[in-house]
Amino acid sequence: MTVKKLGLRQRYAHMTRGLDWETTYQPMDSVFPYDSFEGIKVKDWSAWEDPFRLTMDTYWKFQAEKERKLYAVLDSFAQNNGQTGVSDGRYINALKLFLTGISPGEYQAHRGFAFAGRHLRGAGPRVAAQMQSLDELRHLQTQVHTISQYNKFFDGLSEFPHMHDRVWYLSVPKSFFDDARSAGPFEYMIAIGFSFEYVLTNLLFVPFMSGAAYNGDMSTVTFGFSAQSDESRHMTLGIEVIKFLLEQHPDNLPIVQKWLDKWFWRGHRLLGLVAMMMDYMLPKKVMSWKEAWEIYFTEAGGSLFQDLARYGLRPPKYADVATQEAEHISHQNWAVFYQYTHAAGFHTWMPDKEHLDWLSAKYPNTFDKYYRPRWEMWAEQEKQGKRFYNNALPQLCQTCQIPMAYTEPGDPTVICFRSTQFQSETYHFCSDGCKDIFDDEPEKYVQAWMPVQQIFQGNCGGATIPDVLAWYNLNNGADNLDYVGSPDEKIWNEWHAENARKAV
Amino acid sequence: MPVTAIVSDYENYTETRDAQKNFHGNIVIYVHWEEHLSFCSALAFPLPPAMPFGALVSEVIAPHYAAHPDAAKIDWSTVIWRIDGEKKTPDFGASLEANGLHHKSLIRFWTPFLAGYAGSAS
Repeated sequence: MTVKKLGLRQRYAHMTRGLDWETTYQPMDSVFPYDSFEGIKVKDWSAWEDPFRLTMDTYWKFQAEKERKLYAVLDSFAQNNGQTGVSDGRYINALKLFLTGISPGEYQAHRGFAFAGRHLRGAGPRVAAQMQSLDELRHLQTQVHTISQYNKFFDGLSEFPHMHDRVWYLSVPKSFFDDARSAGPFEYMIAIGFSFEYVLTNLLFVPFMSGAAYNGDMSTVTFGFSAQSDESRHMTLGIEVIKFLLEQHPDNLPIVQKWLDKWFWRGHRLLGLVAMMMDYMLPKKVMSWKEAWEIYFTEAGGSLFQDLARYGLRPPKYADVATQEAEHISHQNWAVFYQYTHAAGFHTWMPDKEHLDWLSAKYPNTFDKYYRPRWEMWAEQEKQGKRFYNNALPQLCQTCQIPMAYTEPGDPTVICFRSTQFQSETYHFCSDGCKDIFDDEPEKYVQAWMPVQQIFQGNCGGATIPDVLAWYNLNNGADNLDYVGSPDEKIWNEWHAENARKAV
Repeated sequence: MPVTAIVSDYENYTETRDAQKNFHGNIVIYVHWEEHLSFCSALAFPLPPAMPFGALVSEVIAPHYAAHPDAAKIDWSTVIWRIDGEKKTPDFGASLEANGLHHKSLIRFWTPFLAGYAGSAS
């Protein structure tokens, strides 16, 4: 007897939509309580298109195949001591930033898509969100496994889940995802599915994965390839959700536009960490942050928003400000970590002359005028044995929680201060973008767990820096401070001295 | 605008996490030295509201900015002050409270003729 096989389209219809039903014991509104309060109107859930038409059984098969390939590479990387072959010991700090700052976000995204995959009424988006939820969990796992090889030799990696909930700068990605996950399922889908995974994703993955390739980190490159086909499915889901919402009802447009404005700005602020990684932390540079911004936001985003204009959607508010800031944020962020190196979970260093010249060439309009003198002053102080530290805690933005280090649009010599009053309390912001987000939902952001204020309130292990570092599980003297003089540098130099001896 | 939430009384589930009462008698004061951006952002301090403004300058502000080569050259009598956006001449003998400072006030100050390392605002 021959088994009759179903076509892809039929299989998809049976295995997703065909498994869905209208509830009768309970009204649908009680079964799906979360998909109406945000004001989004959906007339016809079946109009949802899924270009991938992926069913769960095929999904498992694909993913298992990718896992086998990835883990074979990871095994051989470990057996060959691949960690000794990267460009420089400094490179590992980019991985520390990734594991502590980005990987926990994969987990948060897993939880968020699991929520959307439960609470959206349509079977099409529900299945797509469930698959993305599994992808995100797989990304966290594979990132942890990939980077665990480095954890055997380098500091700053072992406490990443603990640090994520406590360390001052990790509150930036944490609060980003907390904000998205505490919204309704539609806002979550626009926040993470569209704004982050579609509009901004290339600015996250290309820098880290190309950075890994340029710096000889083949394990992370392989992880990147393993995640790539998932990412293209996520991008498709992101673009599908925005088109679906805009096609369903004209009343959805202003709501979607507001979410796009908010999440573009929040994403831009978060990506400042990537900007700093690209311009300062990669021993072998891929391209500057400004170049990446031009390619992946100005050009790619430009044509995307041209395409979406037919729905009445305009490019995100303050996109022009973000583009202006592409000249500045990497320098401003690395300066934050340079002066707070004693409280950072990775190492910092002074850019050398070749590096400064590269920055001058990549940022001809601004670097020599505003930032090179800052590095020269600090280099001079280092030479005199008076390495510059900031011994006070910084003022933080109430929305993005980043130290208020960003300057006025149009004037890089003046900090951008914005503030607002709510129920006779004062709140401070780094930008109009962050202030608008607060003003739209102040009751949400007055609850923010601000790392500096929490230290002052006595909730972080004590009043001194060593107290707080101990509460962070940050190993003072090993995880923090400059690369030069660190245990990381020592082990790196030992490996390379050994290689040099063998070569003779 | 109120938060769009699944419950109609969202604010009943919230707390203002940084209310003054949570700081054990202190208020948070932000201080920023203009044109000296090697200090990346304004500095935050929890301080008793009864502290004299002069003590804020000599015991808090001056030592925390001492790492800058311009710091030793500051003439405090010529400093220009803005408190919460308004130009002010603080009374050094009076308390922070009497000088109009409240929880989460921002003090910005300019030091004439000192514009950062090599005049770069750094």
